[in-house]
Amino acid sequence: MDLRRLPRTVIDPKVRQVGFFTSGDPPSARFNSNPADTTAATAATSATAAAISSSSPNSDINLAGNSLSPVMIPPLRRMSPRRCDDMQMPIGSYNPSESVLGTSPSRRGINGPDFSEVATSAWLGISGSMKAAASFPGSSGEMMMAGKNGGNALVKNMDSTALAVKTLPGVTEKDGGTLTDMKNDGAGTVRHQKQTTTRAERRAIQEAQRASKAAAMMDEKDGGTLTDIKNEGAGTVRHQKQTTTKAERRAIQEAQRASKAVAMMDGKGGKSIASTGGGAPSISNQEKVLKQSQKKDGPQDTGAASEKKVSRNPDKDRKKDIPQPRMQFDDKNRVEKAKRRAVVNQFEARNRVELFRHLPQYEHGPQLPYLESKFFHLDHIHPSVYKVGLQYLSGTITGGNARCQEMLLAFREAIIDYSTPPEKVLVRDLTSKIGSYVSFLIECRPLSVSMGNAIRFLKNRVAKLHRNLSESEAKSRLISDVDRFINEKIIVADQIIVQHAVTKIRDGDVLLIYGYSTVVEMILLHAHEQGKQFRVVVVDSRPKLEGKILLRKLVMKGLSCTYTHINAISYVMHEVKCVVLGASAILSNGTVFSRVGTACIAMVAHAFRVPVLICCEAYKFHERVQLDSICSNELGNPDVISNVPGKEDVNHLANWADHKNLQLLNLFYDATPSDYVSMIVTEHGMVPPTSVPVIVREYGKDQFIF
Amino acid sequence: MWRRSASFVLEKRQLAQAYPPHQQILLSSDDMEPNNLPNPNPNTDHGISAYYQTRAEHHAVVTSDWLAQAQAAVTRNAAMPEVLAKIAATGGSRAAGSGKAFSVIDEFNYWRKKPDLAEAVAAIMALAAFIRSSEAATMMELEIELKKASDTLKSWDTTSISLSAGCDLFMRYVTRTSALEYEDFNAAKLRLIERGEKFGEISLKARRTIAMLGQDFVFDGSTILVHGYSRVVLEVLKLAASNRKMFRVLCTEGRPDRTGLRFSNELAQLGVPVKLLIDSAVAYTMDEVDMVFVGADGVVESGGIINMMGTYQIALVAHCMNKPVYVAAESYKFARLYPLDQKDLAPAIRPIEFGVPIPSGVEVERNARDYTPPQYLTLLFTDLGVLTPSVVSDELIQLYL
Repeated sequence: MDLRRLPRTVIDPKVRQVGFFTSGDPPSARFNSNPADTTAATAATSATAAAISSSSPNSDINLAGNSLSPVMIPPLRRMSPRRCDDMQMPIGSYNPSESVLGTSPSRRGINGPDFSEVATSAWLGISGSMKAAASFPGSSGEMMMAGKNGGNALVKNMDSTALAVKTLPGVTEKDGGTLTDMKNDGAGTVRHQKQTTTRAERRAIQEAQRASKAAAMMDEKDGGTLTDIKNEGAGTVRHQKQTTTKAERRAIQEAQRASKAVAMMDGKGGKSIASTGGGAPSISNQEKVLKQSQKKDGPQDTGAASEKKVSRNPDKDRKKDIPQPRMQFDDKNRVEKAKRRAVVNQFEARNRVELFRHLPQYEHGPQLPYLESKFFHLDHIHPSVYKVGLQYLSGTITGGNARCQEMLLAFREAIIDYSTPPEKVLVRDLTSKIGSYVSFLIECRPLSVSMGNAIRFLKNRVAKLHRNLSESEAKSRLISDVDRFINEKIIVADQIIVQHAVTKIRDGDVLLIYGYSTVVEMILLHAHEQGKQFRVVVVDSRPKLEGKILLRKLVMKGLSCTYTHINAISYVMHEVKCVVLGASAILSNGTVFSRVGTACIAMVAHAFRVPVLICCEAYKFHERVQLDSICSNELGNPDVISNVPGKEDVNHLANWADHKNLQLLNLFYDATPSDYVSMIVTEHGMVPPTSVPVIVREYGKDQFIF
Repeated sequence: MWRRSASFVLEKRQLAQAYPPHQQILLSSDDMEPNNLPNPNPNTDHGISAYYQTRAEHHAVVTSDWLAQAQAAVTRNAAMPEVLAKIAATGGSRAAGSGKAFSVIDEFNYWRKKPDLAEAVAAIMALAAFIRSSEAATMMELEIELKKASDTLKSWDTTSISLSAGCDLFMRYVTRTSALEYEDFNAAKLRLIERGEKFGEISLKARRTIAMLGQDFVFDGSTILVHGYSRVVLEVLKLAASNRKMFRVLCTEGRPDRTGLRFSNELAQLGVPVKLLIDSAVAYTMDEVDMVFVGADGVVESGGIINMMGTYQIALVAHCMNKPVYVAAESYKFARLYPLDQKDLAPAIRPIEFGVPIPSGVEVERNARDYTPPQYLTLLFTDLGVLTPSVVSDELIQLYL
């Protein structure tokens, strides 16, 4: 843990120093960031500035808090303390939030709730109660007083660490009080972390701290709450002895209660005044709890390992962030369960490929007639969704954009025909309806990332509908949302991508394309319309031979083309100037998920130092990280690779299924590492593959909950 | 490696004390100086990059008036506030003097003449002055006028990346504010002026910030290879030298502008041991180099840089030998460009003298700059902080969000 923390504490202030740094300042601040921060805080005169600057020591605390969890969970960037610091830098990033510091009224209005949101939800369980105190930037001096006094009490009570002693005398102002308070708190937390070993205990301590602090704030208003929470806080630790899971549950409860308390405080604004008298007892109580917990360290050690998983998601918000585990088809229990629910009767393939047992491998062929016969028996699925599902199954609709668009249009139809059943709420019922449609579509063919994102968008929209809306209003809103998604994210996005990419095509170029991507086709046709003179090498591969469709379209328009199969790639590559490819999805480490064979093309191009352009709409970006093409992929019908239609003499594998020792692998996708990608063209411009997470972060937050 | 060079540095110091360094007298080759045209936009005439002409005027070769400028540059820390003060002064007097016929180009040229001011900063100053003197009555009108002014500035020299990037950034930075929602036009305009001035201030201070950040990377006894004449790099090394760091610098000659000569002269005056190399000796000396310092004409979206011809090959050699390549560049040089390869850029043509007549039928590559891809760069020192190349795109995306 220390190893992780150390380099960051060294490096971070280094970069942040930009603002406060004067030429005379020795670089001794490198190892202890606190003096620099305190000077900054005392230098700042206005309360707001102090509040903002005081969040910089939080970063250290947060790091400590983060190291609690088995996996480092990076704080949300938008609310990250680094950004806060950026705001303070007099010379600094141009980022828009800088204007917040100024007088612009609207931004400030937005920012206030943002911060409190930090306190209530996102940071919950990561850092201690000091967050709550810090989250009222300019609110009441009284509150800060309380914080300060609390901090003093804490210092007195604790066998003071060197850090606490060092920082305290330097700060005399009231504003600085908050700062020291938090620092001391932080020091305390860190110290305790070192002593305690059990993860759940540490968390419980934090919860207790928070709860007691919240109680301190509530104290004036409601004395009962104080005692209540006090008991709770003490109880947490006590219960841990009995069962660890119980303690966990209790911790979750604590978290919720605390957040509620904070939220209530927030709602009241600066009105509620926390008396200093209330602060002191609560903290001494907290001290008691801490001591108790320390005593109980020893016996708790054994439970640590089993808790690892549970302790990661004590609060609901983070639970939501963790993506649902994918269905693993080698897990027999879950497959059985899924089968019982399934609409489509599927038969498992006889010779399943060993490495890909976790993916669905079914016999191809019998589902379609079966589903067709059941058309009139499946009432709960809207006919248009049913139609699209069958089209997926039969392969009539392929390609990421087309599939996503058709699915959305089918949902649109379903929404138009939807009417809320009696005694049900539209939001709930429609969400479950859409859920059942989606699971039907998944049975027909696994979802692509783009469809997943679209579904997430739609579900989010449904969930965000206001309760007071009438049914017709809600429906029309959803329909316009769907239309907007199709228009903005697919149609207009494609047009912008075309405009960007065309600038990279020069006269005399030889472009290499692979497979069939609608965007790439649009780019080539547009460049041709502009009168650019270039040649196209269309590379194709069995069994889909999608290149032929594209080739036909291009040749009809008068482009000069060369058609070859992927086997000849190393031969044709040396005359190629630029490789233009589409993608099914782009993951946040820059890995491009695309038609099988793309990785091969990109690697050969890289070896020949030919730039590889990936054209992809931003709605196909995903925050997941994938390193290989094994763990998530799609398997096609193995028959198509064993048989070559029209050539009986090479069909040696005609009845391959009889051979037990033969496994045929027909993969749909592969993953291209970002090293082989020179540029990604999206509607947000041409970006390097390292910027995919930036786009996911910056553009994702307002559209879907990435 | 650095131990050896440390002793080397000490040795050099001692030698230098024994024999006081004689002032290097460089030939004042006026023929090298590109004709000092009164024409404000010379690039229409010969297709020669105006950007490089400005650079040449500022610091191409050693002339007498250059020495005066160098004198000013030494005392320019004192001059900085003066420049800042002038912004405010010019706002009132110059705009009032010129009356209605306020020309951005004139203003730009006024600022451009200052030897310390980068072209982009000059453009930023000119645009800030433009807002102040504008007589637009509505916000929309002001925005359109500003857009026009920035376009004329950009078209003044299409080859300068920092100029167009500076204009773009100014537009983004100034107009993207909630000020436009103010009811009162005057308040909104004031806000724009304020932001414009703030941006100008940031740009002016940028070099100083970078120097502070960059000098930490210079350690005692290091050997630094420098290519091209970059005022930022010079500032970094100056600060490092004034912090009593012991290092020595290898300067490439920098044909055809001989930028290395001037750079080495500057450093020699600071008492830093300097060695001049011909451009082709980079690989030969690379094994004794600890780090490579270069400036940049522009920093592009991929995180790569566009800089004086020869930077790419130095970066390649340094990458081969595992030496860090540091780039010092102000953030107003961040441009929304994404070159795929060397030819994917509008070339900036400049004249090249070979001393002897070129045989007939022989072509000359006259492009002044090349593109260095991000994988060959280690870090970028900017006024936004010390960045890895991939962060450049992050900042750009956030800015153009």
